[in-house]
Amino acid sequence: MNTASLRVVAAGPLVTFQDGGRLGHLRHGIPASGPMDRRAHAIANVVLGNPAAATAVEISRAGASFECVGASLTVAVVGGRFLTSVNGVAVGSDVAMTLGPGDQLVVAAGPSGSWAYLAVAGDLVASQWLGHTATHSLSGLGGGNVTAGLDVEVLATRADPRVDGPVGVFAGNGLVDGAVRVVLGPQDHRFTAEALRHFVTVPFALTEGFDRMGVRLDGPQLDLDAALSIPSEPIVRGSVQVAGDGVATVLLADHQTTGGYPKIATVVSADLDALCQLRPGDSVRFVPVTPTQAIVVARARAAAFEKFLDSDLLATRRLARRLTETDLIGDVGTDILG
Amino acid sequence: MNRFASVGDSAVLVELASEFTEQANQHVVALDQAINRAIDEASVVGIVETVPAYVSVLVVFDPLVTDHDAVRAAISLLDTTGAATVDPSRHHVAVCYDLGVAPDLEAVAAYSRLSPDGLVEAHLSGSYRVVMYGFAPGYAYLSGVPDSINVPRKQQPVRGVPAGSVIIAGGQCLITTIEMPTGWSVIGRTHFRVLPDQPDAPFAFRPGDEIVFDRITLDEYEATS
Repeated sequence: MNTASLRVVAAGPLVTFQDGGRLGHLRHGIPASGPMDRRAHAIANVVLGNPAAATAVEISRAGASFECVGASLTVAVVGGRFLTSVNGVAVGSDVAMTLGPGDQLVVAAGPSGSWAYLAVAGDLVASQWLGHTATHSLSGLGGGNVTAGLDVEVLATRADPRVDGPVGVFAGNGLVDGAVRVVLGPQDHRFTAEALRHFVTVPFALTEGFDRMGVRLDGPQLDLDAALSIPSEPIVRGSVQVAGDGVATVLLADHQTTGGYPKIATVVSADLDALCQLRPGDSVRFVPVTPTQAIVVARARAAAFEKFLDSDLLATRRLARRLTETDLIGDVGTDILG
Repeated sequence: MNRFASVGDSAVLVELASEFTEQANQHVVALDQAINRAIDEASVVGIVETVPAYVSVLVVFDPLVTDHDAVRAAISLLDTTGAATVDPSRHHVAVCYDLGVAPDLEAVAAYSRLSPDGLVEAHLSGSYRVVMYGFAPGYAYLSGVPDSINVPRKQQPVRGVPAGSVIIAGGQCLITTIEMPTGWSVIGRTHFRVLPDQPDAPFAFRPGDEIVFDRITLDEYEATS
């Protein structure tokens, strides 16, 4: 089996290893972490024939660059219209490509988007914590930060130029007119009628206070009905928490697991990926849906994404995988065209 | 009467009381254990995880399998009248209260109108119980801090507080697991690890467990690791 590595030439802050997430440990104070844009992460993996939750590198707007070392390697960069280039030649965004030893890959912020995923055809090696490589940015536990000088090792590499080229974009992922659907509560009853009215009628802008833990919003001050101190309650990804100063924050992948500030609403999971891809200054408006509607949305989105992975995205991939399996049986190795 | 609130598209928050009392939290522990028993016995479907807190339990579910109403109904049917069935463990935690590793001890003592030794005695006298893990990995919130040393949070968080710090604020106590800024007061240091880096038992405590702090000298602290 071939091994290759991606030598990190440069990497800005918040470039981390992420698998699909460390679910099931909220009760231990541990959020799932995992990708900020879960669908882009899954697409980058699946287009290469990896499991959807395989480890990839999450790249922030600060960007990152790599040199391919040792063997040819097919990679995909998906999410957020980042600008990708190989040896100085632009190859677009949402794209798969096969790198040869010495090739330089640069991933930089493009016209929009905040997070891109670099997936590799093979097994990316990263340290695990509680069985997952997802990096919890506050502690650094998990795979950890991807920093300059690091060699990202890839075992069982596959060079598979047949998947090179544009990667299908999942059309169902965007926000319509900046609308972010929320289920009100669990503490909406703690707010004034005016605060609740403002929350669902006045636009909010994302601020620079935006990292993997959450994004602080700029908008109307949301006042509580009465001064209160509620015992700390559990928090989920997507909780819209309002601090004592009336400022709202949407909690994201590395959210704190409990908090004593009231939560006015919770963003539906279908709209969280797109929210994470916005940038400071971008504007959103919150549209309330009932819990029942939220379930319908979640199921429709899951079905649409499943269909996308099964049909459009993988049309090429299924062919490639069949050929690869044939080669494996013949023990020719996986580097079939390299 | 429990209050149920829908949380987004994949959770229900069950609030058992509006204010923390030991009794309310024992109901939380009992409900949490009852739900997890039901999960183990496969008598409920679609519940992914539960999060016990001070006076509430968050129930996270898979929206492709179940929904808020079904989860609410399933929880309402559970028998939680009995006490928690998993016996709590008791853990001894050796703490060094030397001023060299307890930068806020004198200030907390002054606030509490106690001598430094009086403050340590007061801290040692508490009957501590793990209420919940919250905020950050392995942050086990302990109840049972004596009222005499109930200090408010600082105005500004202090950076670089090391792992293993024993910190208190607002009638709560915890042992930090990672270096992090905190507005709580640092009154001691321990080698005890709530995240012991043991794959088969990665968390030292369970909610409901009892904690006993034992005083060690700086020499004893430095002689161990």
